[in-house]
Amino acid sequence: MKTSVVGRNLRKVDGVKLVTGAPAFTDDIHLPGMLIGKILPSPHAHARILRIDAGKAKALPGVHAVLTYEDVPRVPHTTAGQAWPEPSPYDTYLLDSKVRFVGDRVAAVAAESRAIAEHALRLIQVEYELLPPVLDMEQAMADGAPVIHDEPDSRNIYDPKHNVAAHILREIGNVDEGFREADFVFEREYRTQRQQHAMMEPHVTICWLDADGRLVIRSSTQVPYHCRRQVAMILGIPVARVHVIKPRIGGGFGGKQEMLLEDICGALALAARRPVKMEYTREEEFHMARCRHPQILRLKMGVKRDGAVVATHLKVLATTGAYGSHASTVQGNTGSKVLPLYRAPHLRFECDVVYTNTPVAGAFRGYGCPQGFFAQESLVDEIAQKLGIDPVDFHRKNAIRQGDVDKLSAQLGEGKEGLPRVIRSCGLPECLTRGAAAIEWDRKRHTLPDRASAIKRGVGMACAMQGSGIAGIDWASAFLKMNEDGSFCLQVGASDVGAGADTVLAQIAAETLGVTLDKIVITSGDTDFTPFDTGAYASSTTIITGGAVKKAAEKVRAQVLGLAAKMLETTVENLACGSNELFSKGPARKAVSIADVAMQALYREKLQIMDAASHFNTDSPPPFAATFAEVAVDIQTGKVRVEQLVTAVDPGTAINPMQAEGQVEGAVTQGLGFALTEEVLLDGKGRPVNPNFLDYKIFSAKDMPRLTTILAETEEPLGPYGAKSVSEVPINAVAPAIANAIFHAVGIRIRKLPIRPEDVLRALYERRQEQREEEMLVTK
Amino acid sequence: MKRMLLSVMVNGVARQWTIAPGDLLLDVLRREGCFGVKRGCETGECGACTVLLNGRAVNSCLLFAAQAEGCDILTIEGLARGEELHPLQEAFLDHGAVQCGFCSPGMILAAKALLDRQPDPTEEQVREALAGNYCRCTGYRKPVEAVLAAARRGREVRR
Repeated sequence: MKTSVVGRNLRKVDGVKLVTGAPAFTDDIHLPGMLIGKILPSPHAHARILRIDAGKAKALPGVHAVLTYEDVPRVPHTTAGQAWPEPSPYDTYLLDSKVRFVGDRVAAVAAESRAIAEHALRLIQVEYELLPPVLDMEQAMADGAPVIHDEPDSRNIYDPKHNVAAHILREIGNVDEGFREADFVFEREYRTQRQQHAMMEPHVTICWLDADGRLVIRSSTQVPYHCRRQVAMILGIPVARVHVIKPRIGGGFGGKQEMLLEDICGALALAARRPVKMEYTREEEFHMARCRHPQILRLKMGVKRDGAVVATHLKVLATTGAYGSHASTVQGNTGSKVLPLYRAPHLRFECDVVYTNTPVAGAFRGYGCPQGFFAQESLVDEIAQKLGIDPVDFHRKNAIRQGDVDKLSAQLGEGKEGLPRVIRSCGLPECLTRGAAAIEWDRKRHTLPDRASAIKRGVGMACAMQGSGIAGIDWASAFLKMNEDGSFCLQVGASDVGAGADTVLAQIAAETLGVTLDKIVITSGDTDFTPFDTGAYASSTTIITGGAVKKAAEKVRAQVLGLAAKMLETTVENLACGSNELFSKGPARKAVSIADVAMQALYREKLQIMDAASHFNTDSPPPFAATFAEVAVDIQTGKVRVEQLVTAVDPGTAINPMQAEGQVEGAVTQGLGFALTEEVLLDGKGRPVNPNFLDYKIFSAKDMPRLTTILAETEEPLGPYGAKSVSEVPINAVAPAIANAIFHAVGIRIRKLPIRPEDVLRALYERRQEQREEEMLVTK
Repeated sequence: MKRMLLSVMVNGVARQWTIAPGDLLLDVLRREGCFGVKRGCETGECGACTVLLNGRAVNSCLLFAAQAEGCDILTIEGLARGEELHPLQEAFLDHGAVQCGFCSPGMILAAKALLDRQPDPTEEQVREALAGNYCRCTGYRKPVEAVLAAARRGREVRR
């Protein structure tokens, strides 16, 4: 299909204000009389508050509000910004008499300066009854383990007495039968860590009461509408009295799909009757915000001698930390989006998600898939090696393809039964071919290591898929109206969190209306001025909100064409639009500019050309990715240096290829940190050990390997102009591709993330011991 | 509280600001409306608060405002000439080097400091110069490309 705006590398519509430092972010405003809010974090992993005395804090000059659990309504809720009714347990309270992790809210203060607020926090006297904490997820379900959620009013917890937030068991076919049919059965255990989003802009919220006394919440959120609903419920005020504004957001990656500060900041603003700003420090961000769910994955796969996968059984133990935000849904994805990559007839997924007295896990780019694909793609590499099959060929033979139906998705939806997934587009074969060529797979795979050098090189690969929105749940709407100069105001509830959604949505509108991109003025993420949207998560915005934008634009285009036909004295069928003009198709070309149509409508016809549309999908088309890694392993130090990462992705149509590449490269870089360096560490009492960028290492420009990005575009029938999604899938296969490359380089399998030099060194040492023992046996 | 007067040149304009001795340069610049100076960590690790102090890229969260007395400060707000963007800003837009844009001001200023002293940098030099500016969105490929492109454009202009 020939397009003039879609598929082009156009500049971001919000780009100029970002590169000039214009005040565009949440914190870039000063309000008269604005107070600073701070939270008193729990110093204990598990304790009951026996007595709390805020008297001295309240008496401190400059303090305008102090809140403890005694001052606020007790409303069970989830902080997960999900569509109502949320599948996550309602196990969280604005403030509670019990604290469940180091950093949990004890009290909150609003004062005239940060220094006064911090001083006031120190004046709050708290007497705790210390409870034994559960820090190890493998101990959480044990008989006699301390119960973390013993309160009677929490709801939708699977088994609170045993600290089980969620439990999942799904099967298609019969895996036991499948393993009997298999010629070989492989089983391994994998472990993944607590990774933190580390978006550059910490969570920040400013709340105030407007002239009508309504609560205005200006916040760095991915989910303005869910946030409005949640805050109204928690504070006991009508939705009509809450207005959420999402300005520019400094990165989210799932971390801002949580209502983390908005409720408490709103409560402080209501108590103080003054504007209140709350912002996490970087240290607070590391343990008081959210993280990726740590998992222990036991994976068993049965294969035929020719490499055909017959059965897969994945058993996962995961921890959600102290609260169950996204507990069932993230882990559900670990099964539903991972296992169906292979066409095995027998699949079983079992999972327990347990509470521990640790930082709370939540949504994080990949949403359960990076863990699952690390296990699956590591094991598949091992199987291919044992069977003597090239991993690329193994994927070609076994991977899901166009026309297939993924039945596991029908069983595993958003915390309940879902919808079957039909694969209508699949660029994975092309991803494999182009990715392998780019890294010179065949040559490097057969290059023997340099025996003399301590640096050993290797290449490895892995594949992944994801979804594009949550089938049957995510939905969005868009509104368009025409202005005098033929420009259009596009209003969407979607939340551009920095990934470029506003630009992509404006491109879809411009393409459909036949205008240039500068004719689209987009407003997004404001609950008073833009229509509903479930928000920026699950790789949904391009396909779901984009679908709504396209529908609305088609309706508006019909109105524009109708008026233009009247002006040109022709029929609508005879007209086309493009380049800010409406013109007749025949040889005798008649044309009218879009601006003339606008003036005609507004001042002669007395007509506002405008329309709106809503959109959802009953399927979630998967984007695909193949990642190829080249590593250099120093066998003297155990250090792994990733030298090159090639990522080939099928995003459907790339509406803005330059932005799509940026999504791929950002995801790959976070995947690289997940593979090698990033882990929030806790000490024996549950306290964070490394809550800063010196001790929690993310990659800098200098540390990066060479990145190669390939877009293997397909045309997805369910997406606007053929688009699927791109922002999550490239993170999934990075860690296993690196682990597999390490095996190729030095012959060791690392099954725990992150892969630290000491892990590599230990594995090399153990392998040498084994080899020595074997040699001794032979010589005997 | 004790107050003092700070005299600085900010984006080419002489300013006199009343500050407290303990105020950080980051906080004073933001208070005075330079919102392009971002708060990412307050511990000198992320580089979002980068400004140029007498032409050198510094973390404004690690400086007391008082230490800038008599200095020439450039923040991102001072880089464009009216509507005309600086070549680095143009290049960041054209190369897709901006995603969320939170790190962009600091990164662009760090790049400017590099190009001012080394107009013809290698990719390695660019990566070295940007090593103190964390970005969680881009993977750095496009920002590095943008800086190299801006340097190329600078060479063409000089020719």
